[in-house]
Amino acid sequence: MPAILVYAELSEGKVGSTSLELMARARQIGDVYAVALGRGARTAAATLGKHGAKAVHVNEDAAFEDYIAEPAADAVAALVDREKPDAVLFGFTPDSREVAGRLAARLGVGLIANASDIASEEGGFVCKIPYFGGSKLASMKANGKPAIVLIRPKSFEASESGGTAEVKELDAPVAESSKRAHIVERVAEASEKVKLEDARVVISGGRGMGGPQNFPLLEDLASALGGAVGASRAVVDAGWVPYSMQVGQTGKSVRPGVYIAVGISGAMQHTVGMKTSKVIIAINKDAEAPIMKMADLGVVGDALKIVPALTNAVKAKKNG
Amino acid sequence: MKIVVTVKQVPDPNSTYTLEADYSISREKEAVLDPGDECGVEEGLQLKEAHGGEVVLVSMGPERARDAIRKGLSMGADRAVLITDAQLAGADALLTARALAAAIKSEAPDLVICATESYDGSTGMVPPMLAELLGVPQLTFAKKVEVDGSNVRVHRQTADGYQVVETAAPALITVTAAIAEPRYASLKGIMAARSKEIKQVTLADLAVEPSEPAESIMSVADAEARKAGQVIEDDGTAVDKIVQVLAAAKVI
Repeated sequence: MPAILVYAELSEGKVGSTSLELMARARQIGDVYAVALGRGARTAAATLGKHGAKAVHVNEDAAFEDYIAEPAADAVAALVDREKPDAVLFGFTPDSREVAGRLAARLGVGLIANASDIASEEGGFVCKIPYFGGSKLASMKANGKPAIVLIRPKSFEASESGGTAEVKELDAPVAESSKRAHIVERVAEASEKVKLEDARVVISGGRGMGGPQNFPLLEDLASALGGAVGASRAVVDAGWVPYSMQVGQTGKSVRPGVYIAVGISGAMQHTVGMKTSKVIIAINKDAEAPIMKMADLGVVGDALKIVPALTNAVKAKKNG
Repeated sequence: MKIVVTVKQVPDPNSTYTLEADYSISREKEAVLDPGDECGVEEGLQLKEAHGGEVVLVSMGPERARDAIRKGLSMGADRAVLITDAQLAGADALLTARALAAAIKSEAPDLVICATESYDGSTGMVPPMLAELLGVPQLTFAKKVEVDGSNVRVHRQTADGYQVVETAAPALITVTAAIAEPRYASLKGIMAARSKEIKQVTLADLAVEPSEPAESIMSVADAEARKAGQVIEDDGTAVDKIVQVLAAAKVI
């Protein structure tokens, strides 16, 4: 069995959902151990044990969360040097990719990003990588030793397998020279009512919404449906709505029961983050927009008229 | 302050991408300066205007990438370096970062500005690799940059807001499109760009040996496509139709 190291991303002391998803696949293809860095690492180790980690290397130095990437890259590099894993897995998330990038450059081995699956084959690893918004799927053999692979959120279902991880203190003191990009303040902006990733209905808006002033129309529909509002990269880039709402390759990946794309053309950047939704409804002025070709129901029309009417109809149906 | 901005020529994001026989993205439609990089150039220019100095563009690509570079120069960048080498065709993120790092090192900039990710690859792996190879810290996902002496401070976008992150220069910054609205090149800028230097270098000039790529492509298959559904014109009944679909999906 290959030895697989999973980088567990911690957020406020909790293991990120993507890290637990990775555990579900990792334990099928090898002997898994994990590394958890920062406050709460020991608690995280218990969770990781339940998800199949045989051992978890922990270090609770606060510097891991107060400085960007460098302390974590140092610690993982030291661990890789000592333990010589066959593969190191990261979630393809903003924070993890920064650590993975530095690690790969330091080890000089390269990496595979944006993978949706990994298998152990012929003494190595083969990854699946979606291209062109997920319309193509490439199989790639990892050449790196170790193979460093970043896997998209929502690629696997997290599940507990039962078990207890041996907790090992990672002897990796954070060097002063790595305490450079210092997070001095954290500001919360958006308070999500329903979390985008967990919502059973997601309503996303794109340029076709005309401007940020029309996004409340989507909020109204979302609250009628008990759903959450997302957005395309184009409108996030334009500053209409915060980054936290972006659905797509580098935004969030969602897999709701119903996805309603409003005024979104369906660029591949976007579709890769939502194409596994169970039902897709698209509302767009352009009948030729790519999103229409993947929607279960495509409505050609004026979103600014259809959305409020739909909100009223949903409310009426609920009350009737 | 000396600022390097990395720039890339990409296939027009508004076009449909296709694959070549070797599975690389077809560059037939390669025509534009990456829109994310335009924001990087703009931020570089604004910092230069506020603090003085020089803005140098560094790019990797075939010779025709000069067109994209020229656009950055007409916006106001001072000069450019283009790394062109047949051995770089299909380069992975690490080789790209190694080549860029070698070219940037000789410029010894105070700041390196990159887009958070390119529009074609969209993996965002080059900037952290580049920061590591340059031996500098990375301030990422910046929607705002402030420079005060050698102190650099950014507002870093996060899932639920932003973080204030600071460090001492030299540093690498990745910027989101929220950083600045790219300016249009003026006629004067376009004229001036014609005489600005684009220095062309090879891997040998940079003393970079190609490395083994991180992956070998075994096959590319069509993913399971979603079946196209029904497309209707809204003739006043669309709302009823949507309600039926929502009901069938049991969300109402």
